[in-house]
Amino acid sequence: MHRVRTLCLLAFGALALSGCNLVVMNPSGDIADQQAQLIVYATVLMLIVIIPVIALTIFFAIKYRASNEDAPYEPEWHHSISLEVVVWSVPMAIIIFLAGLTWVATHRLEPYHDIKRIDAETPLDPSVKPLTIQVAAMDWKWVFFYPEQGVATVNELAAPVDRPIEFYITSTTVMNSFYVPALAGMIYAMPGMQTELNAVINEEGVFKGLSANYSGEGFSHMNFEFIATADEAGFDEWVQKVQSEGEDLDLDGLSKLNHPTVDHPVQYFGSYDENSWNRLVNKCVDEDDLCLNDMMMADALGGGGIDGLFNREQFRGLCSAENPGAIMALIRPGKQDLEKDIIAAMTDLPTDPRAQN
Amino acid sequence: MASTSHAAHGASTEVSPILGKLGLDDLLFLHEPIVLVTLIGASIGGLAVFALITKFKLWGYLWNEWFTSIDHKKIGIMYMILALVMFVRGFADALLMRGQQAMISTVGEGYLNAHHYDQIFSAHGVIMIFFVAMPFVTGFMNYIMPLQIGARDVAFPFLNNFSFWLTVSGAVLVMMSLFVGEFSTAGWLAYPPYSGLEYSPGVGVDYYLWSLNIAGIGTTLSGINLIVTLVKMRAPGMDWMKMPIFCWTTLCTNVLIVASFPVLSATLALLTADRYLGTHFFTSELGGNPMMYVNLIWIWGHPEVYILVLPIFGILSEIVPTFCSKRLFGYTSMVYATCVIMILSYIVWLHHFFTMGAGADVNSFFGITTMIISIPTGAKLFNWLFTMYKGRIRFEVPMLWVMGIMIVFPIGGLTGVLLAIPPADYVLHNSLFLIAHFHNVIIGGVVFGIFAGISFWWPKAFGFKLNHFWNVVSFWCWLIGFFLAFMPLYILGLMGFTRRIGQEIDPIYSGLFLTATVGAIVIAAGIAAFFWSIYVSIRDREQLRDTTGDPWGGRTLEWATSSPPPYYNFAFTPKIYEVDAFAQMKREGYTRPTDGYIPIHMPKYTSSGIIISGFLTVMGFALVFHIWWLAALSLFAAIAWGIGHTFNYDQDYYVPADEVAEIEKKYTQSLMGPAE
Amino acid sequence: MEPNKFYVTTDPHADHGDHHDDDHGHDTGTMLGFWIYLMSDCLIFGILFAVYAVLGQNFAAGPNPSDLFEIDMILVSTFMLLFSSITYGFAVLKMEANNKNGMMLWLIITGLFGLAFLYLEIVEFEHLWHLGATPMASAFLSSFFTLVGTHGLHVTAGCLWLVVLLVQVQMHGLTAANKRRIMCLSLFWHFLDLIWIGVFSLVYLTGVTLT
Repeated sequence: MHRVRTLCLLAFGALALSGCNLVVMNPSGDIADQQAQLIVYATVLMLIVIIPVIALTIFFAIKYRASNEDAPYEPEWHHSISLEVVVWSVPMAIIIFLAGLTWVATHRLEPYHDIKRIDAETPLDPSVKPLTIQVAAMDWKWVFFYPEQGVATVNELAAPVDRPIEFYITSTTVMNSFYVPALAGMIYAMPGMQTELNAVINEEGVFKGLSANYSGEGFSHMNFEFIATADEAGFDEWVQKVQSEGEDLDLDGLSKLNHPTVDHPVQYFGSYDENSWNRLVNKCVDEDDLCLNDMMMADALGGGGIDGLFNREQFRGLCSAENPGAIMALIRPGKQDLEKDIIAAMTDLPTDPRAQN
Repeated sequence: MASTSHAAHGASTEVSPILGKLGLDDLLFLHEPIVLVTLIGASIGGLAVFALITKFKLWGYLWNEWFTSIDHKKIGIMYMILALVMFVRGFADALLMRGQQAMISTVGEGYLNAHHYDQIFSAHGVIMIFFVAMPFVTGFMNYIMPLQIGARDVAFPFLNNFSFWLTVSGAVLVMMSLFVGEFSTAGWLAYPPYSGLEYSPGVGVDYYLWSLNIAGIGTTLSGINLIVTLVKMRAPGMDWMKMPIFCWTTLCTNVLIVASFPVLSATLALLTADRYLGTHFFTSELGGNPMMYVNLIWIWGHPEVYILVLPIFGILSEIVPTFCSKRLFGYTSMVYATCVIMILSYIVWLHHFFTMGAGADVNSFFGITTMIISIPTGAKLFNWLFTMYKGRIRFEVPMLWVMGIMIVFPIGGLTGVLLAIPPADYVLHNSLFLIAHFHNVIIGGVVFGIFAGISFWWPKAFGFKLNHFWNVVSFWCWLIGFFLAFMPLYILGLMGFTRRIGQEIDPIYSGLFLTATVGAIVIAAGIAAFFWSIYVSIRDREQLRDTTGDPWGGRTLEWATSSPPPYYNFAFTPKIYEVDAFAQMKREGYTRPTDGYIPIHMPKYTSSGIIISGFLTVMGFALVFHIWWLAALSLFAAIAWGIGHTFNYDQDYYVPADEVAEIEKKYTQSLMGPAE
Repeated sequence: MEPNKFYVTTDPHADHGDHHDDDHGHDTGTMLGFWIYLMSDCLIFGILFAVYAVLGQNFAAGPNPSDLFEIDMILVSTFMLLFSSITYGFAVLKMEANNKNGMMLWLIITGLFGLAFLYLEIVEFEHLWHLGATPMASAFLSSFFTLVGTHGLHVTAGCLWLVVLLVQVQMHGLTAANKRRIMCLSLFWHFLDLIWIGVFSLVYLTGVTLT
């Protein structure tokens, strides 16, 4: 890793000296670090062909200029098997190499997979439980839920150094992208969907996080601070601070929070409704929303029939996660005898996303 | 729910039966000073042009000789003029953005609010791709290709005129949005759900949709036209493997157009249905799926990139052999490379959204297919390089631009392959690195190539060369300006700075943004030098006159006729024996027949294209503002006029042999030297 | 004038007069162009089919195909369209035999079948609308109405074109230009038939059998 750092410094030396903080090339998290290394390797590999091409262009341009009568001139020469082989095989060789690199790196750095090490020198301690953080992009702020700690924050994220973090990401409005350049690459936050990102931070500090996908009016201000605490104790301290300073976030409060705001200040919540995440992912935060998962359950059973058009209006605002029996109102009459199985299926559904793994 | 804030702009809530959503507050210039200034400037300029045309009584001339013309050369030139006009608008947008970001990062305050800034970057992208780059390459293909294959016109001359006016119609709608209502704030691809009615209730996205719906049909029709021209109308003896490379790239480009623009039309139509009818294709409610839009739009969007760049590769392949006075190296591999790029461009679309989280297998598949495209592209670059080898290179203006491409384009290729590696893309996606990358390939490839093509074929189109000095100035301004404007963006991307941020920028970025702004100003100087060169060249046209029709020592058939070519292109259809047909004719000492002319069969001009497009423009505007009666009326008028057009069977005529003889006599005299 | 190696100096139209009167409509490229247009149109339908495939199960807790489709009626309208293709074939045969009146008669029959198909489609849509199963009710219905409706719009355009052609043939007779147009409409008509077979099997048949 140090060799790579040196290489980075060489490649981007002038910039580093001029004071640009190339956070992407010199990050503080192991995932982002491996991604930076990949950029360096691939760049070097491609320069093998790019530099000669540019150099030859300039050399030929000078040597074969019209005013240089001494240079050989063969107006009809237009074909050479050996050169054609070179022309096709050199790029091909590089690409075969890069393709291998891509396949391996893409699988190793797949954001959905658990991380395999803390950093280049430190293997993963199997007894350490990853920290789960649920991330919701709203217009135009970030809301973070800590299911283990039972706290939630707006526009401030914290995690201890060297502990794997598992992010679950969604959006309640339009598409956004969750990005902490110092920590790891970005992943989209999409409405009605849940994406995942696994990463670890290796250095203490306060890093910048942002939305990397344009989402409208307040997008420019959709930033947050990512606090990497030195150790677990520091993190616990931060959690306590959130608990003591924060108020409670009930579903009403969540619905209010979900309204568009620009440049939202940092906000703490000492506790939150346990169904918050479920409702956010399924886009049923407001009273008149229809939970996507309930609708999908009904669809998996063949829809609700023509009556369903009426029934679903009655169902708005309900949520089977809170009231499993309610879903029967959405199910068509022929399937009512499956009630027990359906409710069992709904209640067995893991609420803690980590239980799926 | 979110409507309170979103609806604040441009959405008139009352819908009148007569005027639809159109109200006084849609006249944006009333409360936006920048727009007001623009409007005043545009009005003065427009009035001046209008007055000049009226004063010199040119309306009849323009209508009879240009607007209703079905001559592929005139349509080609009109495409280029449209592109140049729109280029000025698109570039003004770019300057506004650069200025805003530089100011925000330096003094903490800018001159554009979020709503205005967001419209500007959306308009910049839409205009530059659809109404600058597309008309430029379509213009080239229209003008050059029929000449290169020795044809008299395209296969469907009326359709060609109609396609052009449909493109104009789209451009008019985009320009109108500057003054009436607003433009889309949803970026150049208008991803839902943001572009849906819930989050964008104003008329901006509607302008976007109707403009592209109308222009997109024109592009598809033009693609069909040019394919048939290439298949059916090549001169006798011109086998596929004897076509000039530019014709090959034109063929592949138009196959791409025909096989991808319908996808765009269908996708935009579905979004239109979501907005106008309340359907649920791309909403995230009642079963809609926004990510389906992202997939569909990129299934069109990636081939689109190659639609822009393939003709440029063709232009380069014509310019390099001409100015090296040497045959193109590796004609066959050039053809195969073009075809391979054409096919591969369909299986890479997902690389535009690796960060959606499709999984490692899917991501690496699309990453690797993307990289594979760089093999044929690299082969092309090598072929141009070996064409220079043992050549006699003359550094005329077109060759300078080509040299610029050969140095700048590989850098864009490199960063492109970086972005194709999914884990690298996770940190580079949506960053200014990405912006720098695609400007690197579009400016350092497409734009440079367009300028190379303009300076190369200008003497063919107008009969005199462009001024050398001012074009060299333009080239150097563009080259230096490009590096100044976009290298800082690469660095900003590596600093974790992402795109479309126009309001809050940390001062640590200010130095780089200022540098980029300086670069944009240098480019502006390059553009000014180019326009100035046109003025100077027209002024000095007698000194720059091309009397031979072959000012550069050309190798393909377009140089075998006079400059500018007569409207029938060739008095006698050429016969072809090998690639570089004209080079062979010159080598073997051809004789140009000077008598025995025969009547030439040509199509007649028609005004239907511009009139139907005019109706469709009105329809688009009416639909944007929900003025239903007007929309229905103009759609009906367009269809009725179209049907009426089919009742005109008298669509062609014969040019008498005497007239041909008269025109050819002038060319013969011009070939023999300046007349008394 | 002696032959020139590099130029065609003979009159290409001299042998067979004005080539617009000859029977080789294909020479002008119109048929090829129309084929390419049909392929691009086919791509639009391809997208609509794909969208239906993606969204077709998203009933939004509303009705599914078997709640809505009356397969018997659809079968009738399918046959209307299939018959119209056959009758169009007869029209083309009459055209080849230069029998103008016979051709026009068959074209009129084709048009009537087309109108019958459209009538049945409108009846079906109206029925669904009354049930509340509008395009706005769910993603499944959005994609269903768009796919079937786009096909219906094409048939409408085909019928309009047919009327225009009948008038033109009546005015100018079976000229080369008119024959070319009839052949283009023939391609268009059969193409729509083909698309309908796709709609019938992928939307209606699988719809009522699988749900």
